[in-house]
Amino acid sequence: MKVSIRVNGAERNGDVEPRVLLVDFLRTNLRLTGTHIGCDTSSCGACTVLLDGEPVKSCTLLAVQANGRGVTTVEGLANGANLSPMQVGFHEEHGLQCGFCTPGMMLVGTALLEHNPNPTEDEIRWAISGNICRCTGYMNIVKSIQHAAKLRQAGEVAPRATAATAAGGE
Amino acid sequence: MATEVHMHGRIGESIKRKEDGRFLRGKGNYLDDIELPGMLHMAILRSPHAHARIKSVDTAAASAMPGVVAVVTGDLMAQHKLAWMPTLSYDTQAVLATDKVRFQGQEVAAVVAETLYQAEDARDAIEVDYDVLPAITSPDKAKEPGAPLIRDDKENQKDNHIYHWEAGDQAATEAAFARADKVVRLHTFYPRCHPTPLETCGCIADVNGATGKATIYMTSQAPHAVRTVFALVTGLPEQNIRVISPDIGGGFGNKVPVYPGYVVATAASLLIGRPVKWVEDRNENLISTGFARDFHMDGDLAVDKNGKITALRVHLDSDNGAFFADAQPTKFKAGLFHIVTGSYDIPAAHVTADGYYTNKAPGGVAFRCSFRVTEASYLIERLVTNAAIELGMDQADFRMKNFIQPEQFPYASATGWIYDSGDYPKAMNVALEKLGYDELRRDVEARRQKGEVTGIGIASFTEVVGAGHGAEFDILGLRMFDSAELRVHPTGKALLRMGTKSQGQGHETTFAQIVTEELGIPAADVAVEEGDTDTAPYGLGTYASRSTPVAGAATAMVARKLREKARKIASHLLEAAEEDLEWETGRFYVKGSPDKAKTIQEIAFAAYTNLPEGMEAGLEGVHYYDPPNMTYPFGTYAVVVDIDKGTGQVKVRRMVAVDDCGVRINPMIVEGQIHGGLTEGFGIAFMELITFDNDGNCIGSNFMDYLLPTAWETPRFELGETVTPSPHHPLGAKGVGESATVGSPAAYVNAVIDALSPYGVTNIDMPIGPDKVWAALRSKGVTE
Repeated sequence: MKVSIRVNGAERNGDVEPRVLLVDFLRTNLRLTGTHIGCDTSSCGACTVLLDGEPVKSCTLLAVQANGRGVTTVEGLANGANLSPMQVGFHEEHGLQCGFCTPGMMLVGTALLEHNPNPTEDEIRWAISGNICRCTGYMNIVKSIQHAAKLRQAGEVAPRATAATAAGGE
Repeated sequence: MATEVHMHGRIGESIKRKEDGRFLRGKGNYLDDIELPGMLHMAILRSPHAHARIKSVDTAAASAMPGVVAVVTGDLMAQHKLAWMPTLSYDTQAVLATDKVRFQGQEVAAVVAETLYQAEDARDAIEVDYDVLPAITSPDKAKEPGAPLIRDDKENQKDNHIYHWEAGDQAATEAAFARADKVVRLHTFYPRCHPTPLETCGCIADVNGATGKATIYMTSQAPHAVRTVFALVTGLPEQNIRVISPDIGGGFGNKVPVYPGYVVATAASLLIGRPVKWVEDRNENLISTGFARDFHMDGDLAVDKNGKITALRVHLDSDNGAFFADAQPTKFKAGLFHIVTGSYDIPAAHVTADGYYTNKAPGGVAFRCSFRVTEASYLIERLVTNAAIELGMDQADFRMKNFIQPEQFPYASATGWIYDSGDYPKAMNVALEKLGYDELRRDVEARRQKGEVTGIGIASFTEVVGAGHGAEFDILGLRMFDSAELRVHPTGKALLRMGTKSQGQGHETTFAQIVTEELGIPAADVAVEEGDTDTAPYGLGTYASRSTPVAGAATAMVARKLREKARKIASHLLEAAEEDLEWETGRFYVKGSPDKAKTIQEIAFAAYTNLPEGMEAGLEGVHYYDPPNMTYPFGTYAVVVDIDKGTGQVKVRRMVAVDDCGVRINPMIVEGQIHGGLTEGFGIAFMELITFDNDGNCIGSNFMDYLLPTAWETPRFELGETVTPSPHHPLGAKGVGESATVGSPAAYVNAVIDALSPYGVTNIDMPIGPDKVWAALRSKGVTE
């Protein structure tokens, strides 16, 4: 079946079997491998993407169900060299270790702040409770999202684009 | 919003992680992200039965399906002498079953196809005819007379017993028990759980038919050891095997062993001549790869009338599954369990252990612990709290009375360990102060008067980590040293390569900081690479909290070697005698003339451009570090719980964790490790369980049944620290990756037991779900 999905702002077309999962379409057809597969049962959230701005688990959605809609993946968070406030927050607050859950966590956090720019700790914890992190114990993920909220409120979008480059260490 | 800019990133600085950038952008390079030209996909057919004889395997329909390139069976593997492989514990394990299946989820056949969807379709079309046999699901069943023989493939195996192992002094221990004023007994089961990193295990085997070179991308915590094992198993020359561990999405021990899927994919690539990718799904990960724990433990503590522990006696039955595939040092059949005397000065101890085959998945791995240290720590900490409760003493006081004292280090334990350093009373005091213990105790009593069920649990763990030294510790004979190779380039930038492999621990930052400390090259200028056996020096990998104790030490040592060469070059450049030069981080200067100096960057340039007469060019080196002893991190954890009498629900009100891991290289990363371990410990204590029904069906085979803590349940942690350097590590560091998983389960459970102690409850086995607490309360007549 033909599908046409606006992925990270660009129109992407494909011809897929009806059974192809959205996550496989993103990873295999589009080679957007930042969206991960962790459990196949919608339990872990590693495959979270935003569908028209709302977090969904792309391992339980067919690619054809996203036809004509907009999908944001982790690759769509940064604006060129400039990291988004959420990405800066995760770097500054040590919100990631192995990095496997990180794309899903950041996308959920991004969607949360769109609706609720100044969430409480409990609101953050509830928002990310569909996403499992096996490394961090969540405390620093909560802080990362709070950090992003402060950056957004201060209107500072990606003030330190280079802070998290491979050369980092700062 | 501006953060402090750290130019150097020396030891003790919480610099931000160098590796973050690619992960934040979705540009990590995990195994499943790798796509090779012409790559095929493999799916494995697994046994639905726990124990069954294979009558036939019919692959005709599967072979004819679209996209299928090959169907691999046990018989085909047997033709190439690859149906069985050696395990890390000198046993054998079936790669693809030929005779029987011995656990649910065992590998029976594999399909290689153009796409993963096609491979899975064809896998489902393979028809296997089984003759189902009775399943054995516990050591007790395994030792019953007339129990079905699981390993009838082994010539001399007449029953289901694998090993008997002992440590300590039986006579001295029995004598002490005969004199004891009080004996405290605890039977407890540390259930089977699973490391289950968020990324599952997998590999891509790419055997080049023209060159004979086998490149195997693999989610491995120990790529060099895997390369050697592959060479031994397949007979391929080792220089023709290249194992590459790309970015790894968590390991926790699950990615140490060699799994059958790796062998099948490699054989398939060899036979077909194209790259073959195999990645587990979550169900496969939970039912077939390295589980953890499954220890049935009996512990007895002898105590005199003054409340001093005089002896410890332990027996355990270990459930090892269908193949003895534990990943652990060769000499130690029950891992390092004999650290079981823990933080206490116990004059006599005796440990016996027996391992049994069962119809369950093999591969007892150290789930975020140093080879069964978790089970040991859990048992002694549970026993100590139970003893205090039975003696009517305070848990903290009883521990203080029995701690090994600071002046006793180095301390020789009754089971043969030499503890390097420690100050247990200090860590306890920091924890009690943070908790406000005395007031909290009074508050608990007041709440109990009102009918509330509440309690405090303490655990003062001691770990033994950082394996080797090589003389005592080896994997299949490979001594457990580790390595670091440091190249300082002409422009003063550096490349550091190690035999370890990060799975999220932040090696690219921590190890760069060691170079910064030793040579003064800013951490931002030090690239750290691991995981490619063609480029990294040989090492035994990352597990058992050994990276900083062993490879970290190797990094310091190689940097010091280079610094000595740099001194010679500086002497030449400054026209001063070597002994007249002083080192301060980043430069040599002439004593008394601090302006007369050469920076490490200037010296590095000279190493390639302006050398003293007769000196070899370059500023590069390698060091293989074989530690003189293990390191012994420790700490005190304290937990406060409130229990709902009506539902049995346990709520962790507070969790205080005081860790002493010696010198902390990057405190931010250390605290992150502790947060993660406390969370996994919380999951193990309250949620995570792999269990089996009587037919051997695995319960806990997906994330809807195997429950992991989310942000919603996970407690907020309050951290504290003390610093007692390791006297034998070049930097004084001890390793920290696993302390919190080792120490915390007992603290959580002790809090529940303390809360239930007024009702006479002395044990609930993990995971402590509300059902078990509810039943325990009801059994004692407690109702809402």
